[in-house]
Amino acid sequence: MTASVVIVGSSVAGVRTAQALRRGAYEGRIVLLGAESELPYDKPPLSKQFLAGEWPAERVALLSAEAAEQARIELQLGVAADHLDVAERQVVMANGKRIGYDVVVLATGSQARPSPWVAESGLHVLRTIADSQALAADLARDGPVVVVGGGFIGAEVAATARSLGREVTIVDPLEVPVGRLLGREVGSMFVDLHHRNRVATHFGTGVKSVEGRAGQLTVRLTDGQTLTAATVVVGIGALPNDSWLASSGLLVDDGVVCDEYCRAVNAPEVFAVGDVARWMHLGYGESCRVEHWTNAVDQAACVAHNVFHPEALRAYRPVEYVWSDQYDWKIQIVGRPTRATSHCLIGDLGRPSARAAGKPRAVALYKDDSAQFTAAAIVNWPKALVTARRLLAVGSSFDDALSQLEQLAGPRMEPIS
Amino acid sequence: MAVVKADFETCQGYANCVMAAPEVYDIDDEGTVVLLKEEITDEERAKVDEAVNSCPVSALSVEDA
Repeated sequence: MTASVVIVGSSVAGVRTAQALRRGAYEGRIVLLGAESELPYDKPPLSKQFLAGEWPAERVALLSAEAAEQARIELQLGVAADHLDVAERQVVMANGKRIGYDVVVLATGSQARPSPWVAESGLHVLRTIADSQALAADLARDGPVVVVGGGFIGAEVAATARSLGREVTIVDPLEVPVGRLLGREVGSMFVDLHHRNRVATHFGTGVKSVEGRAGQLTVRLTDGQTLTAATVVVGIGALPNDSWLASSGLLVDDGVVCDEYCRAVNAPEVFAVGDVARWMHLGYGESCRVEHWTNAVDQAACVAHNVFHPEALRAYRPVEYVWSDQYDWKIQIVGRPTRATSHCLIGDLGRPSARAAGKPRAVALYKDDSAQFTAAAIVNWPKALVTARRLLAVGSSFDDALSQLEQLAGPRMEPIS
Repeated sequence: MAVVKADFETCQGYANCVMAAPEVYDIDDEGTVVLLKEEITDEERAKVDEAVNSCPVSALSVEDA
């Protein structure tokens, strides 16, 4: 019998694990530890609606104090976990307090990769609600914005800053930043999207230095050009928060290494969930770590089940899903396009005027060498999203997927590549 | 017996609910959730709870009838 579960980390993975345990009728003690003093909050809006000032803080709340009390989730916020004593089964907090557990769930998430450049002020990364508030305060003042990093966070920040009327430039060392994920053809349409929205790009160019202070920053590029900015945002990826586990004896290698049930490989009473978990995905036949919101939620449900039902463990093998909102595009990616070797595009993504209704819509379908349907990238097309997710969940062949999506598109949306 | 509800204004068409409980939720062509039924059985409750929890914008709820 598991008398107490301690969850380290109060973001979506930790909160959903606690809630799923209660919903699954687990009656023991649940303690949820959070390093930040804020009540648990949700992160996706921090680069979009919350940053733009469209949503108030209440709308990003994940778990109120009342809801926690009602579910008998003991919240302990404002103190970070310092290390894990696996032998004694205790989480040791930064203030020296020790919290005993029968099972511990590691949900410490990830942090923004720190900026390698230092300025006096006006240089931001974006991960926490405090980061988003600080950036919003600077974006409220007029002046050009330089975003370093052309991935999803960078693109979302650029779109939000543009919607606030700011002049925006994005810099990335790759010529087609999204191409790394979706292939060069589809990735180049994301470059065009920035240009259509009057955001300048310096792609294929690195940043040499950032100097100055808020309102008066100078960004020097590796090609010799110089940009001036009021605000600089660095969005160059995330790192798992696993360094606090260095002394634990757990196997840590870009995340806590877990088996297919999300249990630490050398400590079966230790589970990991969300961004910090590196688990064995049996569908891929390799370990993976996923930083997306839906993965945190799906994995939390699986971990909660496995914590409470060790006699009936479930392997965790999800179809990955991530979304991004950029300008007037709602982008969704299902599966793992980087496992594919070729793709086919249906729709009018590159031709925004082709559709009378306004917004372009399209789906790119990806396949591997064995003609298996491996992933899809969808823009502004909810029905295609549902169809693609269903087909990936059942392991469809590429030809079946292509034929179903073509049928959904109708005669006016022929494949264009 | 329980009753499912949706906030159609809040829904953004992420479709997590359709994956969790396809017999209860669908999505229309504009990306808004469609309730295929309003009353659910006790057997369907676990899947519906999962759908409610997996909505990124908390547009779904379920209440005991």
